[in-house]
Amino acid sequence: MRPEHKPKIIAFCCNWCGYAAADLAGIQRIQYPDSLRIIRVMCSGMVHPEMVLHALNKGADGVMIIGCQLGECHYIDGNEKAMARAELIDELLEDFGFENDRFLITRLSSSESEQFARTVGTMHKRVLELGPNPNSNQDNGDTP
Amino acid sequence: MATPDEHNRRLSDRRAIHIAYAQAVPLTYCIDSDLCLHLNGTGHCSRCSDACPADAVDFLMSAQENTIRVGAIIMAPGFSPYNPQGKGSWGYGVLDNVITSPEMERLLSSCGPTSGRLLRPSDNRPVKQLAFIQCIGSRDPHPCGHGYCSSVCCMTAIKEAMIARDNDCELEVTVFYSDMRTHGKGFDRYFQRASDKQIRFTRCRPHGIEPAGKDGALRVRTINEQGRQLEETFDLIVLSVGLEIQEPTIQLASLAGIHLGPEHFASTSSFQPVLSSKKGIYICGAFSGPKNISLSIEQGSAAAAAAASLLMSRRDTKTRKLRLPPAQPPAAAVKTGVFLCHCGNNISETINLETVRKQISVLKSVSHVEEVLFGCSQDTRELIIDLVRSLGLNRIVIAACSPKTHEALFRRTIREAGLNEYLLEMANIRNHDSWVHALDPDAATDKAVDLIKMAVAAVMLKRPVTANTAAVKQTALVVGGGVTGMTAAINLADQGFPVDLVEKTDRLGGNGLNLHRTWNGEHVPPYIKKLQAQVLDHPGITVHFCATVLDAGGHAGNFHTTIRDHKEHRRIITHGAGIIAVGGKRSLPDEYGYGKIPGVVAAVEFDALHIYNDIRVSRGSSFVFIQCVGSRDETHNYCSRVCCTHSVQSAIELKKEDPNRQVYILFREMRTYGLRESLYNRALELGVIFINYEQFGKPKVKSHDEQITVEVWDHILHRPLHIMADMIILASGILPNPDAGRLASLFRVNIDEDGFFQEAHPKLRPVDLPTDGLFVAGLAHAPKPIEESISQALAASARAATLLSQKEICLDAVKAVVDDKHCDGCALCIDVCPYQAITPLETIDADGEQHKLVAVDTMRCTGCGICQGTCPKRAINVVDFTYEQLTAKIEAALN
Ligand SMILES: Cc1cc2nc3c(=O)[nH]c(=O)nc-3n(C[C@H](O)[C@H](O)[C@H](O)COP(=O)(O)OP(=O)(O)OC[C@H]3O[C@@H](n4cnc5c(N)ncnc54)[C@H](O)[C@@H]3O)c2cc1C
Ligand code: SF4
Repeated sequence: MRPEHKPKIIAFCCNWCGYAAADLAGIQRIQYPDSLRIIRVMCSGMVHPEMVLHALNKGADGVMIIGCQLGECHYIDGNEKAMARAELIDELLEDFGFENDRFLITRLSSSESEQFARTVGTMHKRVLELGPNPNSNQDNGDTP
Repeated sequence: MATPDEHNRRLSDRRAIHIAYAQAVPLTYCIDSDLCLHLNGTGHCSRCSDACPADAVDFLMSAQENTIRVGAIIMAPGFSPYNPQGKGSWGYGVLDNVITSPEMERLLSSCGPTSGRLLRPSDNRPVKQLAFIQCIGSRDPHPCGHGYCSSVCCMTAIKEAMIARDNDCELEVTVFYSDMRTHGKGFDRYFQRASDKQIRFTRCRPHGIEPAGKDGALRVRTINEQGRQLEETFDLIVLSVGLEIQEPTIQLASLAGIHLGPEHFASTSSFQPVLSSKKGIYICGAFSGPKNISLSIEQGSAAAAAAASLLMSRRDTKTRKLRLPPAQPPAAAVKTGVFLCHCGNNISETINLETVRKQISVLKSVSHVEEVLFGCSQDTRELIIDLVRSLGLNRIVIAACSPKTHEALFRRTIREAGLNEYLLEMANIRNHDSWVHALDPDAATDKAVDLIKMAVAAVMLKRPVTANTAAVKQTALVVGGGVTGMTAAINLADQGFPVDLVEKTDRLGGNGLNLHRTWNGEHVPPYIKKLQAQVLDHPGITVHFCATVLDAGGHAGNFHTTIRDHKEHRRIITHGAGIIAVGGKRSLPDEYGYGKIPGVVAAVEFDALHIYNDIRVSRGSSFVFIQCVGSRDETHNYCSRVCCTHSVQSAIELKKEDPNRQVYILFREMRTYGLRESLYNRALELGVIFINYEQFGKPKVKSHDEQITVEVWDHILHRPLHIMADMIILASGILPNPDAGRLASLFRVNIDEDGFFQEAHPKLRPVDLPTDGLFVAGLAHAPKPIEESISQALAASARAATLLSQKEICLDAVKAVVDDKHCDGCALCIDVCPYQAITPLETIDADGEQHKLVAVDTMRCTGCGICQGTCPKRAINVVDFTYEQLTAKIEAALN
């Protein structure tokens, strides 16, 4: 029998908004699914598209990038640059046979802890519906 | 014990022991002594102190009186929202679905009582028709209201309306207003976006709110611009309440012995906007008149600058210096120490740290795992230092709370142990784990193991980095010698920092030379003379007349700017900080017959004619002011902020000289914001006629046989009105400095859509430019009246002084680093860097071969890593967040 699917989602959270909102969710004891593994980055614009692909290749069931709201980026417009790259990421995923839904880029401000938890909940549901990433727990070689 | 939560505007409850709000600093619990059973003497409860593992609750603590001797005081008591209860016929406090704008703020907040969902307080049903009523308690001459404009409520209402619409695109939103006062930088554009979003703005003032039926709906009766009676129903009405100074602040002011003006705002002079009536006491923010966040922040800095110049002789007499042992050179083998924090029981109650310890101990690079009760307590920090030394640990992982709050502390700790402070990684197993998975200890434990493995994997790859220090040249350059530039130069020089002031013309004063009075009637020319003399006589200020900036380079603490002066001499000025105060330009009208019809003049020209008692003014009996000439149109999509007040002021003078004169002001939005509203009221009393032309098209000016007529639609009589005028005064606006674009690119900063300098953050860093060490103030930043230019000048000086007061600055080491081996100079990173910190570079190797590369200016780099996210070769990486380290975390999380 197959064991129960326990998904893992990698979330790149920018230091100023995404990460801070996650910290706040903790302070407010907002409960959300335990699939999330947060990686702190200074800006959502720091996340290389290949990093997203790499996470999926290594078996992540979903990947999120969480940056600041428009106009609130700590680095002027890094979040907009990240948004612009998201299209490229979508194409990359398609090329490598991953469902688009395994990737989500979103924006929220540091006080939007509820929103943070809701978004994580949505993503968690999405990856459960998609089922396990076929690469889960197996090494698929290196990312190009 | 529960009580209504003041932070949520009493829309939800809180306990006697509580955290005031989620972003409170310090983020710790406090006890409401009125409610606490132990403290108010009604019970013997001590549940919180029994539960606290750190023994932090001390019921015996009491208020203490301390005497602090200081040389200056800054008062920033702010203002409070107006309470509409029992006032007017708004039904506030009686009708459940009538709320105030601060309450709306909480309803829209995702951390508020409804988690951000817009529900009617009466029955928690989603709101479908929402209305805002502006100017509640403001611009209201009745005894229970205030005569002034609270200045912030228009933008607040638009913002709340926008958020509400964003959350629910079916929501119908109406804003009832008198004038939309969106005169701030970029605010008119925001207003337009709101109109585009189908938020309905209706110019009229409802007289009251009444219930419509029994289900909580509300009815509002209005008279629209066509004079028709309308009746509308809504299910939630937000009263945009004004702001006022309340009793405790009035008492504080009387204690301090400072003078309060009308409506209890602290009195200030336009020329010393942060000085109270008493020497040594400075004031800032809304205490001296209604203000929004960015203006308040500016004034905070300005008050600091003013106080710093007073206390100049005592600078650094009370500071102490930290001494640290030399950092040890890194050992060859990685020996990681992992500290598992219980955080009292915040972590250990949910996460099985014993299991975690077992799984982490077996990792190859980990040589020691230690559980600690409170990682941040003094004894634990000493333990960390001991273990680093005795076991030779050379990488440290702290599995505890958030690096955002504690990384600095632990960096300091390991640095005190002689370890490089960057050889640290934190795993956030509290905020991101035990607190959010409290119901599933097994899952939380598994996740903690992952989070710590991720940290261990990343810390292994870290190398010691030395944060660079840079010497600071403790001098400043001020570009522009208007009121702003002069004010900044004097303040910095008074603080002991030599200043080079570069002025394009042969005179100091700029646009200020054309002004006669400030809005509150103070005379400008003598003040400008005084500034000019102070600047020219100051031993610390060197003025370069007829000079321009040709080139600029360097970085915070050490800029070198090339100028050319009136003798055509080029010289390079080195300076630690720079203030851009190049001002703006008055716009010349190109409509309404300006330049063709003799009686049509611009406001600045009219002022001169008026002062010199020109016959056209002295004999004139009919004057028409036309507002927004060259402002708020397609090419200049912003408000010039000063012209409404200016025209109203001139109109009052004309009426005071001769009450029989006919004076008209044709306007779109009357923006006599803040305390300036008193001028508007005065003009109305004196019989100045205000006609709004916003909706019905621009007035038409014709001249026939030396008689000028203005045709405008009379919105009260609903027919065209023909006014015979002796003079027409065009309230022409403020343009950006035409040279701003060139200067911005020299200094590697940006101008905004309208041509003004773009600050680093419109709300929180209003005078900082995105390049460290450079600041902007005055008209160069945006149109503004003289007292706001002075506040900004002082704010920019304060910000510059924080840099200049250090002999040496320590730079954060978290910066982009180029890997010369892999970079091929493709330059993609150059395009995306928001700080223009990356430049192309060509090198020639030992074999004479040419290589293309890029170089990072570490002084400009902020470590955002947008370059790293772009580089196809992975050849540019931010210290502490390298591609390799992030990848290691991914792999460790998924192993
Ligand atoms: C038409 C108009 C009407 C106004 N009406 C009012 C009013 O009624 N009430 C009120 O309070 N305020 C009013 N103001 C605003 C007021 O004039 C300013 O707030 C105040 O004078 C401060 O200006 P500033 O020093 O920032 O800029 P400016 O006065 O423009 O000074 C800038 C200085 O920089 C110099 N400069 C420009 N470029 C360079 C360069 N590249 N290198 C070196 N030097 C350079 C200029 O020669 C000038 O001396 C008005 C402004 C204008 C234009
Ligand atoms: S006249 Fe000037 S201050 Fe008044 S609204 Fe128009 S641009 Fe703004």
